[in-house]
Amino acid sequence: MNVRPYGDTSNDGKVQLSFTLPVPADAKGIECARAFAKKMGLADATVVHSDPVGDRHSFYVVYGTTTHTVDPDEIAVSDAGPLALSMEEIETLIAERLGRDVVFVGASTGTDAHTVGIDAIMNMKGYAGHYGLERYKHVKAYNMGSQVSNEAFIRKAKEVAADVLLVSQTVTQKDVHLANMIELVELLEAEKMRDDVILIAGGARITHELAKELGYDAGFGPRKYAEDVATYAVLELIARKNRG
Amino acid sequence: MNIYDKLNLDRSKIDACRSYAKTIGETTQGFIDRHTTVAVERTVCRLAGVDGVDRFDVPVPNLFVDEVRKKGDLARGISVYLAAALKGTGLALPEFVTRYLAGTVRLVGHPSVTAAEARAILKPYLDAAFAKIDANRRKREDAIARFGKRDCELYVIVATGNIYEDTVQAQAAAEAGADIIAVIRSTGQSLLDYVPYGATTEGFGGTFATQENFRIMRKALDETSEKVGRYLKLVNYASGLCMPEIAAMGALERLDVMLNDSMYGIIFRDINMQRTFVDQYFSRTLNGYSGIVINTGEDNYLTTADAVDKAHTVLASQFINERFALLAGIPPAQMGLGHAFEIDPAIPNGFLYEIAQAEMAREIFPEAPLKYMPPTKHSTGNVFQTHAMDTMFNVATTMTGQSIHLLGMMTEAIHTPFLSDRHLAIENAKMVRTTMGGIYDEIRFKPEGIVANRAREVLDGAYGLLRSIAETSLFEALEQGVFADVRRPRDGGKGLDGVFRKDPGYVNAAMERMQGVRR
Repeated sequence: MNVRPYGDTSNDGKVQLSFTLPVPADAKGIECARAFAKKMGLADATVVHSDPVGDRHSFYVVYGTTTHTVDPDEIAVSDAGPLALSMEEIETLIAERLGRDVVFVGASTGTDAHTVGIDAIMNMKGYAGHYGLERYKHVKAYNMGSQVSNEAFIRKAKEVAADVLLVSQTVTQKDVHLANMIELVELLEAEKMRDDVILIAGGARITHELAKELGYDAGFGPRKYAEDVATYAVLELIARKNRG
Repeated sequence: MNIYDKLNLDRSKIDACRSYAKTIGETTQGFIDRHTTVAVERTVCRLAGVDGVDRFDVPVPNLFVDEVRKKGDLARGISVYLAAALKGTGLALPEFVTRYLAGTVRLVGHPSVTAAEARAILKPYLDAAFAKIDANRRKREDAIARFGKRDCELYVIVATGNIYEDTVQAQAAAEAGADIIAVIRSTGQSLLDYVPYGATTEGFGGTFATQENFRIMRKALDETSEKVGRYLKLVNYASGLCMPEIAAMGALERLDVMLNDSMYGIIFRDINMQRTFVDQYFSRTLNGYSGIVINTGEDNYLTTADAVDKAHTVLASQFINERFALLAGIPPAQMGLGHAFEIDPAIPNGFLYEIAQAEMAREIFPEAPLKYMPPTKHSTGNVFQTHAMDTMFNVATTMTGQSIHLLGMMTEAIHTPFLSDRHLAIENAKMVRTTMGGIYDEIRFKPEGIVANRAREVLDGAYGLLRSIAETSLFEALEQGVFADVRRPRDGGKGLDGVFRKDPGYVNAAMERMQGVRR
């Protein structure tokens, strides 16, 4: 069954949108906005509001009727793994099922100077309203920052008896991050530590599939937050504990 | 603007808070006065006119300070090394820098000079920098005298990553009615132990703070100031590992407002507390001297800790920031103490608690240009809800006579603001100001009502907290996680290796000069 947006009648296809155009707010600007909405697939687009934004830009609110439909039966949703638990649920889970602190060590490794990813996951303040791991009770979070060598990363992991290693790769050139990520796995294997830690990769261009391919336990891409990472790690630690 | 006593706050309790904050500040200042940092010494270089980068983009101030660290003794201060090198080579500073970059001269290894000689040799260079800073101050004061100033200024951010794109957005915002423009920095800049160089067109969630970027934006805002008939203020961030260097750049390029919190870096960026305390002092001394309004970061506490339970930590921190500002020579009129509208809108009468907090800050710090931050924590992707919440925040701002009104964006928690987000935010604030501009003068609160009782409760909490910190020390309070629920060890965090205990013969020719002419 095909569906359209619901305005005030079934399948009337009514949608609203707003945008800014780099043209002055005049009659021509309004026509530009209408033409633009039409090209986006809106029939009978009406510019209900327009306003100058400085001399060179103009803002529009447009209503129209979409000519497109979607069939919900044909929409596939990729399995995103377990739904993330809340911070409080994760804290309770650690207290009740593990009964000890969980130690995370994270870093932006190799030449990558960006801490945006690892900070989003680890820093107290977190990102977009999602607190970082430093904020969690029963979690010890060590954020080593950026440009951390794999050797230094492993040293720290040993020193604090890490349960979970978080490797962040934000911006890299010529796929240098892949070599660096593989090197970490090799070093961990050489140190006979690979099976003792949960190894997680994260970053704008990281997917779960890529991470698995490189020998990591899991990968997290954009729009994943501390609770996604913590949910995975804590459930995995509990599973490993139960396996003995 | 008239400040009224609407809450009947206990004046003796406020005085006691100030007295505890004085004890806390002075104890910490003792530590500060005995130490210097790599960032402080790099700032001295910058103020002497040292600028530029080598072929690996390493700034010359970093090269100089690193050489002294390795081959000399930074505890004596870079001033004596700079002066000795100029005397030893017989070169003027610009020529010395050119030859230094060519590898034909070194900084360390020249016959040493006395403190008096060092001051005399560096004087003409510092004279030039301070003449520029003084001229900037006068230019700002003249412009404000010419254009006038609003009691409550609208503050918006731009954050494209590209400084040229930023100027387009900033000018559009100013034309729509914004008074203050902040250029958000690229994520992670606070943790760089150097200041990037030149104009930049790529950043992450913001634009790098560089001296050239400051200059480009200043020029754009000056043009628009003439057009709109208001003096447009420029903001950047003197926080992170380069607090004093960025404060110096701000002074030289006529920024008007700088984020400068005595504890933000420690708590939210895990920068070592010893490093931060020493750095904030020099950076604030510069801000004070150059007439720049500081903005403190108490609003951030409420993004991690609960806005209802931990409201007293905001007030306690404002008292501490006030004291550190006074110690650095910043007058109350330049203290943009921060706070925020972050109470969960699901809490019954939460808005009244917001009013209590904002009104209380207004009454306790009557001369301070308070910086009031919009809701962020309870903003979701529902842009309509966020816009409504921002309207309530605008009402609270107008109702309690706040000074620096940071506008909330409907797309908070989604992306850095679109041109239209900023436009709608300004329209919203202007509508509130127009429709209820007189409400601050008009309104009084019921004695023993929800607002007055809440304010009393928060003041009591701050009093208790400040007393307990004064009994131990600020170092210990931070170790115990008093602010924002974050614990930081005294010897942990970033940048500790850049802290040095001063030698008895330490000279800081730039600092002495400002301390000598505190305004």
